[in-house]
Amino acid sequence: MGNLEDNAQKRADFVKGLWNENPVFVALLGMCPALAVTNSAINGLAMGLATTFVLLCSSILVSLARNVIPKQVRITSYIIIIATFVTVVDFGLAALAPAIHKELGAFIALIVVNCLILGRQEAFASKNPVGRSILDALGMSVGFTFALLCIGIIREVLGNGSLFNISLFGANYEPWVVMILPPGGFFALGFLLLFFNWYEARKKKRQDALTENERING
Amino acid sequence: MSSETEIEQGAADEAKEPASALLVITLGIAGLLAGIVLVGTFIFTKPLIEQNKAEALQRAIFKVLANCDSFEELVLVDGVLKPAGDKTKDGGDVKQVFVGYDKNKEFVGFAIPGAEPGFQDIIGVIYGYNPHEEIIVGFEVLESKETPGLGDKIFKDLAFQENFKALRVSPEIVIVKNGQKANDNEVEAITGATISSKAVVRLLNKSMEEWKKLIEAYVESEKLGKP
Repeated sequence: MGNLEDNAQKRADFVKGLWNENPVFVALLGMCPALAVTNSAINGLAMGLATTFVLLCSSILVSLARNVIPKQVRITSYIIIIATFVTVVDFGLAALAPAIHKELGAFIALIVVNCLILGRQEAFASKNPVGRSILDALGMSVGFTFALLCIGIIREVLGNGSLFNISLFGANYEPWVVMILPPGGFFALGFLLLFFNWYEARKKKRQDALTENERING
Repeated sequence: MSSETEIEQGAADEAKEPASALLVITLGIAGLLAGIVLVGTFIFTKPLIEQNKAEALQRAIFKVLANCDSFEELVLVDGVLKPAGDKTKDGGDVKQVFVGYDKNKEFVGFAIPGAEPGFQDIIGVIYGYNPHEEIIVGFEVLESKETPGLGDKIFKDLAFQENFKALRVSPEIVIVKNGQKANDNEVEAITGATISSKAVVRLLNKSMEEWKKLIEAYVESEKLGKP
């Protein structure tokens, strides 16, 4: 029985980041990278994966050290841990994937100040064991990467007529250049948020109607 | 007098806080570990990053100089171009150009790096130069943060790149509107990216002014034949 509950909780730890607590679409965290580097699908994906690495490593370390770090200096310690991993990613990408490193530029270093990462350390990893922290970090990262990829796909398809650098509409397509310029980030994010909120509202309405029906019939 | 008492009191407060030593130690250890990890990563990635840069430079030189098979680095020492091998001062801001040779070790041209502020940030380029005919024979952007979709056409727009296949450098390169190129010292600006286009032309003119005489002198002294 306890095993079953355990599994359910593990699943909940992972799944909540994907949709119900999606860092970008629901919690509106990490707006800076979500707007700045999503002018193509590949950039969105790369930023998502870089953030995944940092979040996962930081969560593991913070969770392991949660009983050692004194309360007064916990935020400072988290920042040291996060900044270390961000610098590792920065060097790593420059060494192994120079093209992507060039595209993402300063935004790799700015992962340090992505409030999604510090937020998960403070809200989850510092209070929970390693296993659950890993699942939480993975769920949030996948949700974040998914969101960045969505914005990136919309912006690249409309703004450049291509997806992952493969041309979609042929030479006659006149790209909406504004979509890969900074305002395009706001447009894409705004419409995605509109969609998500509309969808959630509709789901809630249906559920309310259902319970109402049951109450009347019962 | 009052400030002294304040300091004393501050010290007393700290002494009362038993955790403060612990806090310092914790942060010290965290910083130490972080430092070790970072130094390790740096040592591990440095050769790879330098190799990437060298490869990117080599690719760019081969691209701007057709038929180029090998190249030699020249540096500016006391107003004269010399092979990088016998440079007298090390490090610092040494200005460099590259002289390219084909498979038979025949001279093909110079590859000259340059930089100039563009719309957002410094645009770094390298271009191929044929000193005998005084034309630019190729152009490649190494570094640019120009606006995606507009300014980045300076390296994504193939029509703009066409401008630099045989661009005469004297008289000075001038920029003209798209579709109005009449002389071979003119560059057609990109519609929607005028500032970036102008920056490129300004860069080329400035750089030519700086290097032309030096390169002529070098060609003279080394008796480099026509490509």
